[in-house]
Amino acid sequence: MSVLVYTENWDGKFKKLSYEMVSFAAAIAKEMGSSLTALSIGHVADEELKSLGKYGANKVLNVQDDRFESLDNKALADAVAKAAEAEGAKVIIFAHNNEGKAIAPRLSVRMNAGMVSGVNGLPVSVEPFVVRKKLFTGKAFANIQIKTDVKVITFAQNSYEIVEQGGDVVIEAFDPQLSDDEFNTTVKETNKITGKVILTDAEIVVSGGRGLKGPENWGILEELAGLLDAGTACSRPVADEGWRPKEEHVGQTGKIIAPNVYFAIGISGAIQHLGGVNSSKIIVAVNKDPEAPIFEAADYGIIGDLFKVVPQLIDAVKEMKANG
Amino acid sequence: MKILVLISNVPDTTTKIRFTGDNKAFDATGVQWIINPWDELALTRAMELKEKGGVESITVANVGTKITEPTLRKALAVGADDAIRVDAEPLDAYFVAKQLAEVAKGYDLIMAGIEASDYNGSGVGGMLAELLEINSVSAVSGIDLTDGQLKILREIDGGTQTLEISTPVLTVVQKGIAIDPRIPAMRGIMMARKKPLKVVPAVEAETRTDFLSFELPAPKAACKMVEEDNAKELIRLLHEEAKVL
Ligand SMILES: Cc1cc2nc3c(=O)[nH]c(=O)nc-3n(C[C@H](O)[C@H](O)[C@H](O)COP(=O)(O)OP(=O)(O)OC[C@H]3O[C@@H](n4cnc5c(N)ncnc54)[C@H](O)[C@@H]3O)c2cc1C
Ligand SMILES: Nc1ncnc2c1ncn2[C@@H]1O[C@H](COP(=O)(O)O)[C@@H](O)[C@H]1O
Repeated sequence: MSVLVYTENWDGKFKKLSYEMVSFAAAIAKEMGSSLTALSIGHVADEELKSLGKYGANKVLNVQDDRFESLDNKALADAVAKAAEAEGAKVIIFAHNNEGKAIAPRLSVRMNAGMVSGVNGLPVSVEPFVVRKKLFTGKAFANIQIKTDVKVITFAQNSYEIVEQGGDVVIEAFDPQLSDDEFNTTVKETNKITGKVILTDAEIVVSGGRGLKGPENWGILEELAGLLDAGTACSRPVADEGWRPKEEHVGQTGKIIAPNVYFAIGISGAIQHLGGVNSSKIIVAVNKDPEAPIFEAADYGIIGDLFKVVPQLIDAVKEMKANG
Repeated sequence: MKILVLISNVPDTTTKIRFTGDNKAFDATGVQWIINPWDELALTRAMELKEKGGVESITVANVGTKITEPTLRKALAVGADDAIRVDAEPLDAYFVAKQLAEVAKGYDLIMAGIEASDYNGSGVGGMLAELLEINSVSAVSGIDLTDGQLKILREIDGGTQTLEISTPVLTVVQKGIAIDPRIPAMRGIMMARKKPLKVVPAVEAETRTDFLSFELPAPKAACKMVEEDNAKELIRLLHEEAKVL
């Protein structure tokens, strides 16, 4: 019996999310008294695979097969199912991101497993298997029992602390033996945004709304973001007006993010906006309207003119950095 | 090309969420029901494709009780040609996907949303594709159709990809698939009354998850305020108190 965690790589490297997931999966394995296997698909060097051991993986299954580069959903689900069967996995864990959301539901059908997505903490209990998640884009929570023998969950990023625990890890090559006709996706073109902090990865996000008045005023937000190594985001009308690129729009109809700190600058805090950011650890609001709903969601706030406040924030960050 | 758009019936996104009976069930009293926003955008894109040519028909399907019919009528008013309602309470994602699998055969393109705005399950689309044993693409932010060939734009971490994939295919759509949802026009509303809305009985299917209880988030501590001319203090608090900088 084992717990299986799907560890995606980014150009051969793992990132914080991978270690967070392995730590989370290791805690579940421990509670169930089982071992933890990580599944890696793609070209990842042994040293990098070994790093998963530090967070509690006992074994890593290493699939090296270029055909998976097209991220064919069906083939990926088949490969994970083969690994899960080989390992006798009872719980299979994905990230609640593009790749996880693509594979997990297919896999759950393959494995006759119940699935819960967006789980945001350790199971309430493992016997029966009950997990917690947010509903109504953050307006409520539910405790959900998965009744099947095998369980599939997707894990909400930034909802578990990374735990280093050391330990030996075995790396095994694994070949799921899929035939060519299982791969039906052809990638014609890939466009990567380079040189920018990826919004869904960013630990700090600086976000602007209509209060900035126009695209020409974004310089101060970019400067603040640059100093903090932060990603930049915006409210929907800002993206709709074309003041900022569409990828920056956060909210119920945009990206859903959960950084450590979210700076909402000149954003009123409409319910649809909050739906995309209310999982942030800390929300900071700068708004000249004391009645703006953003202050109900925020942890720290300044009522005032952003054009006066943001330059002060920039100076203060510079000073903080200068003092180490 | 025949398109099927899956429609989930959800409370309006501004609904105040309440639960009843010891927090065991969602309180639907006074709730306004709408087409799940992602499904509305999927339908909008399907309409755009049809107007460009090459789409024979657009069907919408929902698993729900009679209360979902106004939502399906709205989808017909927006422009779908016909609607199917599988008559059952949508108990969980697997149950819903099993019902849809009975009515989703014979379409070239099936469109599902990335999540329903009520239970945020992100499950039904992928499960249905697996039950039908067809290809699927998730995180889809664009679909084009030229000479019967689909071109699909998909989001990947930090970028996008353009794909070709053979049909039948199920796409799980998200942000970008269409910009503004279509609003039904008067003429559409009149025509919708005459369009077919077929009700089919549910098939036997298990549920694999149980919602045991619901909770509202704990009330948030009050926002800590800093004076406008003392923004430096905010950075200090974030650094020393919240320890996030
Ligand atoms: C179905 C649906 C889905 C939606 N999805 C999203 C979504 O995903 N994301 C999203 O963001 N929105 C979404 N919206 C829109 C949302 O309802 C709001 O209209 C939007 O978030 C408002 O953007 P804003 O806060 O930038 O602008 P406004 O509401 O115009 O707020 C601007 C704020 O700036 C403040 N301000 C102005 N000048 C200054 C100054 N000099 N200094 C400090 N503060 C200042 C004002 O007090 C005000 O609070 C959606 C709406 C619908 C109906
Ligand atoms: N009861 C339902 N009837 C028809 N389609 C549904 C139903 N529930 C969910 N869907 C579809 O599946 C998508 C994802 O929903 P969910 O998996 O519930 O988050 C929705 O956007 C719909 O396209």
